[in-house]
Amino acid sequence: MHVTIKINGEDVSRDVEPRRLLVHFIRETPGLTGTHWGCDTSNCGACIVHLDGQPVKSCTVLAVMADGHEVRTVEGLAVDGELDPIQTGFHEKHALHCGFCTPGMMMACRALLDEKAAEGRAPTDHEIRTAISGGICRCTGYMNIVAAVRWAAEHEAQIKQEA
Amino acid sequence: MQTPAPCGYERASTVDGAIASLVELGPTARIIAGGHSLIPMMKLRLATPEHLIDINDLDELAYIRRDGDELRIGAMTRHVELLQSELLAEHFPVFADAEEVIADPVVRNRGTIGGSLCQADPSEDLSAVCSAVKASVVIRSAEGERVVTMHEFHVGPYVTAVGAAELLTEIRIPIRPGAGSAHEKVERRAGDYAISAVSAAVWVDGPTFADVGVALAASGPFTIDVVRAAELLRGQVPSEELFEQAGQIASEDSMPMADSRGPIDYKRHLVGVLTKRALRRATARALRQDI
Repeated sequence: MHVTIKINGEDVSRDVEPRRLLVHFIRETPGLTGTHWGCDTSNCGACIVHLDGQPVKSCTVLAVMADGHEVRTVEGLAVDGELDPIQTGFHEKHALHCGFCTPGMMMACRALLDEKAAEGRAPTDHEIRTAISGGICRCTGYMNIVAAVRWAAEHEAQIKQEA
Repeated sequence: MQTPAPCGYERASTVDGAIASLVELGPTARIIAGGHSLIPMMKLRLATPEHLIDINDLDELAYIRRDGDELRIGAMTRHVELLQSELLAEHFPVFADAEEVIADPVVRNRGTIGGSLCQADPSEDLSAVCSAVKASVVIRSAEGERVVTMHEFHVGPYVTAVGAAELLTEIRIPIRPGAGSAHEKVERRAGDYAISAVSAAVWVDGPTFADVGVALAASGPFTIDVVRAAELLRGQVPSEELFEQAGQIASEDSMPMADSRGPIDYKRHLVGVLTKRALRRATARALRQDI
């Protein structure tokens, strides 16, 4: 089947079998290997991308189901070489070690920050922990990930104030 | 690498179109909604549809609304929408209780109530919720619609009353005065199967229970409607002793299996405790008390 998916703002087209998973489409066709393919059972969260603005696990979506829709991957976070605050937060707070879960974690957290920004506030620690509960990190013990999201929320609020 | 077996795919643009495709393609075709039960089953070859009919474009099946004395939920309503619905929270807070602990927030963005019910996994929370609140479901075919109770809907583990050429379109819940409801679940971590989960709904009339529903998930080979507990409570004045007795009955009527989540005696004990807690919380909500 011929499928066209807008990935990070660019249309990507390819003939695929209906059984092709979105995670493989993203990694193979435009070669965006930032999205990681982990457990394959929608447990680990390494493959989280935004589908029409909402975080989803791309190992459990068929590429044909995303035909005509918009996908944002971890490569779509930075704009013109400028890191997204969530990326800087992960760097500042040492929120990764091996880095395998990181793209999924950042995409889940980016969605949380967007949702809370629309409500005009930063997420609570409980909300951060709930948002990342669909991801598994075997390195950090999650403490630094929570700290990174808090850092990003505070800095985004600051940037907005200055602007 | 886990990948589903080869299959065909088409997108339905109307409910009638989806049903027409089911009729045309025969019993090897399957409806796919959120896909968060079906795709993992396909990867494991536990489901081997030859053709998928995608109903994600059917916005007409995504709604939560009141219609007279009924709440109506469209089959394509996603978990996140059930969690956030003020209308549901007002009438049946049991849904929000359950949705907070169904899978994880990212999975809840995709999974649907219709898909969850049709999967009929014995560990699935919404089947217990719908049984407790005495919901019925609307099943549509080329011939028309039929409405069945949850008891009729649940044929067995992973088997429902929905036929090969039929589509579950709506869940209906009667709104009656004096309602209170709650869901209690114990799981090892987010996204894991529950060790056990219990849904309770009560309807209070004056000092006594006019009606009660108690249902168990992850406590046997299918969703268990604890009819004996409901019979015990109906017409009685709420009390801790009664909740204790109802918990005892639920514990007896559960059919848990020993697995890595615990032995049978532990799970039976847990069913009793969760039943008591769910009834206590449902009753407090019905009576508008703090707990």
